[in-house]
Amino acid sequence: MATDQALLGLDNLEAGPEEQAGSRASRMARTAWTKSWPKLLAIALVLGLWQLFYLSNFRGDTASGLVKGPGTVLPNLWDQLMHGQLKLAIGTTLERAVVGYGLSLVIGVIIGAAVSRIPPLRAAVGSIITGLQTMPSIAWFPLAIILFGGSNAAILFVVVLGSAPSIANGMIAGVDYTPPILLRAGKVMGLRGPALYRHLILPASLPAFVAGMKQAWAFAWRSLMAGELVVPLAGASLGVLLNTYQQALDFTSVVAVMIVILIIGIIVDGLFSKADLAIRNRWGLLDPALGT
Amino acid sequence: MRVSDQQVTPPVHAQGASARGAAEATANGMKPADAVSLIDVSKAYSTGRSQLLALDKVSFAVRDGEFVCIIGASGCGKSTLLNVVAGLDQPTSGSVSTAGRRVGLMFQEPALFPWLTAGRNIDLALRARGVPKAERQEKVAELLQTVRLTGFGDKRPHELSGGMRQRVALARALAQDADVLLMDEPFGALDAMTRDLLHDELERICSERTLTVLFVTHNVREAARLGDRVIVLSSRPGRVIGEYLVPRSGPRRIDSPQVAGIAATLTDRLREEMGRHGN
Repeated sequence: MATDQALLGLDNLEAGPEEQAGSRASRMARTAWTKSWPKLLAIALVLGLWQLFYLSNFRGDTASGLVKGPGTVLPNLWDQLMHGQLKLAIGTTLERAVVGYGLSLVIGVIIGAAVSRIPPLRAAVGSIITGLQTMPSIAWFPLAIILFGGSNAAILFVVVLGSAPSIANGMIAGVDYTPPILLRAGKVMGLRGPALYRHLILPASLPAFVAGMKQAWAFAWRSLMAGELVVPLAGASLGVLLNTYQQALDFTSVVAVMIVILIIGIIVDGLFSKADLAIRNRWGLLDPALGT
Repeated sequence: MRVSDQQVTPPVHAQGASARGAAEATANGMKPADAVSLIDVSKAYSTGRSQLLALDKVSFAVRDGEFVCIIGASGCGKSTLLNVVAGLDQPTSGSVSTAGRRVGLMFQEPALFPWLTAGRNIDLALRARGVPKAERQEKVAELLQTVRLTGFGDKRPHELSGGMRQRVALARALAQDADVLLMDEPFGALDAMTRDLLHDELERICSERTLTVLFVTHNVREAARLGDRVIVLSSRPGRVIGEYLVPRSGPRRIDSPQVAGIAATLTDRLREEMGRHGN
């Protein structure tokens, strides 16, 4: 019993003091401020430079009405959202993003699973997958348009080619980097075949897979924007809007649409970062001392 | 310092020792079966052009319920030996038998799955050997109680201390319903105080469950503290170069003179072996 008592005491000592509750709201407010002020400062800096450029009347562009000040953008954005085609365009583009990314996910997982399990296949296509990633997606469009014409399918084709390799690579990396010690532990436990995958390899590869998904999103979103600009399709989409405003030399509207594109990209990326953070937190990979 | 032969039997060759052990058992009128037996087990690894002999004709047996420690300096193939007994690795020649007993393995690292809680880690081991769901919850609670971690089942591995994690790993190994527990320096990464307490715990658990243990360590005191018998392996290649019986007379402590005496004998034998490589 003396041993038990000592062991319990040691456990309690090593478990550390309980986290103090109470000032949770004020702590969250402080964290929010620490996180947001650098971003706010960066935005202010960009707006300031823009305003200076506007005031400088470089090449007489301000006087001719080609360049507008930053103050015109928000009202324009609001106006486009309320009265223009912007909402419709966002809907169309997001729908393509969801379909394209969804297809990439399915195809990427199938390829990743096959390549990680079948060694000859890995030797054959492993490096091709990485090679595909370095290929600029815009270079696929001539081929896509020849194959599918100026259609939705051409855009989806390029989106999938752009993002599926990242998904596949994330999956392969995850399987490859399953710690050997965990594999040994799993085998001693008697995990074999599908059970080994389900209980050990798939959960162990989750962090790398999510990293691959995040990268795939960035590629998908870029490819989609390139596609909507290059493939002439009727109907409203963010790319079509950009084209229209470019032809009308409408500086403010172009910037407004660009801001929408940027914000959508950042929001989705943020969701993946959140998922990544949640996993790392669960696994105990975050060091509270570093404040990550 | 040398201890008297009364406390420690002089080194004998492996085969001699098993023969003598068997003779003793017969004399006592009981015959515990061998839980683990190795006969002339060799294991060679090919590294590029050259061959590395990790184990060279290692023979010994562990009887049911016996606690055998294996010590040796670096490169004595301790981990290879356990892998071979666990069936994770095949010997190049010779034969290994665990006579149908279930074997559990514990490593120096706890090797817990970081995405599962302590309880779920134990639960997975039960599930892997097909324990029905209805029984698992109760068994997990029982195993947590066995390693004195009741109330910590919902914690994730990273929320536990090193000693606690190693106890969860022990509970997981016990969940495999192993008759034979193979332990590869399981307490090597822990601080001395925690290690002492875990020695007591391990001793208690072994006596409660009549486990057979093959315990690899490079710590001579640990070997003297825990083992019924200590086997000394040589380095590169691993060979059995000595075998010491440790008489059990009541509870042992790592700082008792008896343990210190045996540890000194083992240290001398190991230094002699290391000196051989110094020439």
